[in-house]
Amino acid sequence: MNDEFRHEENDMPRPRTMAEKLLSRAANRPLVAGEVAVCKPDYAMGTDGSIPMALDYLGEMLEGHERGPFAPDRVVFALDHYDSTSGAGALLLQARARDYAQAHAITLFDVGDGIGHQLMMERGHAAPGRLLVGADSHATSYGAFNCFGTGIGSSDLAGILFCGALWLEVPSSIRIVLDGQFAPGVGAKDVALYLARTLDAGGATYKALEFTGPGLANLDMDDRIVLANMSVELGAKAGLFPHDAVLAQHLDEIGVDGVTAVTADPDAPYVHTLTVDIGRLRPQIALPHRVDNVIDLADAPRTRVDVVYLGTCTGGRLRDYAEALEILTAAGRIARDVQVIVTPASRSIREAMERTGMIEQFRGLGAQLESPGCGACCGTCGPIPAANQKIISSANRNFRGRMGNADAEIYLASPVSCARAAVEGAFGQEA
Amino acid sequence: MSDETLARGKVRVFGDDINTDYIVPSHRKKRTIDPDLLRHHIFEDICAGFYEELEGPTILVAGRNFGCGSAMEIAVTVLQRAGIEAVVATSFARTFKRNAINNGLLLCEVDAGEVPEDTPARVCLRDGALALELGERLLSPAQLPAFMLDILRSGGLVPYLRRNGGFQI
Repeated sequence: MNDEFRHEENDMPRPRTMAEKLLSRAANRPLVAGEVAVCKPDYAMGTDGSIPMALDYLGEMLEGHERGPFAPDRVVFALDHYDSTSGAGALLLQARARDYAQAHAITLFDVGDGIGHQLMMERGHAAPGRLLVGADSHATSYGAFNCFGTGIGSSDLAGILFCGALWLEVPSSIRIVLDGQFAPGVGAKDVALYLARTLDAGGATYKALEFTGPGLANLDMDDRIVLANMSVELGAKAGLFPHDAVLAQHLDEIGVDGVTAVTADPDAPYVHTLTVDIGRLRPQIALPHRVDNVIDLADAPRTRVDVVYLGTCTGGRLRDYAEALEILTAAGRIARDVQVIVTPASRSIREAMERTGMIEQFRGLGAQLESPGCGACCGTCGPIPAANQKIISSANRNFRGRMGNADAEIYLASPVSCARAAVEGAFGQEA
Repeated sequence: MSDETLARGKVRVFGDDINTDYIVPSHRKKRTIDPDLLRHHIFEDICAGFYEELEGPTILVAGRNFGCGSAMEIAVTVLQRAGIEAVVATSFARTFKRNAINNGLLLCEVDAGEVPEDTPARVCLRDGALALELGERLLSPAQLPAFMLDILRSGGLVPYLRRNGGFQI
């Protein structure tokens, strides 16, 4: 144990945050915030958006030597950003990723299987105690599983293919204490948007968020994934959740066992503690073109919508669709001239929707069903909005041009709020 | 006193929370990942004609949270190929920061305050410490940990790993 790890006065190890403990395990030495360490990820995930560039870097690292990846069993490739609508160039980039995976026995999630992040969680890669990195910023999602999940770039992924490791600076942590129980019609997406509103888009830069508090017992895994996923919209390196009965039951259901729970020490040092009474929260909405441009939905001016987007690694899971359908079927309609697009986060979610009749219900209402994947979230595949269209979306980003057209406006809200807008063809109050 | 110039150029100014989609839109990289082609599109959604207006070596000066959003690394390499020598910002999003270090793009983390467009700027190492000259002003950016500075000054992760065969801390 190194000296930095001890209290100077009594030579006792100082209490550590969950982030410090998770990265200490990955680095195989005790670490505290601010230290830079070489860590060995349990899994590294790349997407068709990031793998081709990583293979370019890897080629340069190897200087023409032919050598397979360092530990192919710890690498996962997901072809989720592009599909047949993305054009010939994208399909060539995708083919490079697929060919490399097949040549080196790397686990491959192919087009239509779903979003890489969702599959990393469904297939048991995200599990307590682990370090998972993804060459895509929403790798923070994995934190819902009591593991350290964070986004990396293509060169980092290349470095992992080259030598099985990457450098990471250990972040300090902000503690988010959740209290209370959701009011009807309010959900995790509203909490995530409220956190963006409170901390702002750079409020957690370089830091980890550690979620805790009595309210956690009221958050199921889908709720936690939303909060971990959107932690990056506040600049956070990770959004971490403890191992508790809710996670234990979920791991049991998906057949993950032999896990090592990691708990923050009592009295661990946090740079800041924010308490949120989720029972007092009202539906939130992020106005264009910033994720932290958030107000209470009830305070929004009356705004017509052209497109309602239900999908992505934030809002494309089974319960999101169940909640949306509850609103849509109660109304029995989607407003005229409103296009509802449904892009499930994974094939298994889509199959569950088939089994439970949800696909048929969406179809009956006139919604447009898209193949599982990233879809239209970042304009890389699927339908692109037209100029001057207003989109309300269950996604995570509303930057100008994000969905492929700089002249469209994107609003972010919960699946419930999106569904209400679909019924009314608008959201907000008349002046 | 030692003084080594790391970057020099005229300043272009941006505000807070410039995300990587604003640096280069995600949808542009589905056709090609060649930064020589993509550089024509930098900042096109928030500052049309930016690339065409560039004249010689340039240093970007921005506010908080530069490079937020997507972790796409092309947002760094496309700036390099466009002739951006360094980026000065009050703070950087972490994925942009690590991608910059891993490609040898010089970052200066400092609140530069009000800076007129086209101000001449120079980033240097003075007695081993990062320093920033902005017109007549001299600023002291946050110092990078030695390990990160080593990767950056190697020219990025590729030359660093070639030289060392792995990571050495």
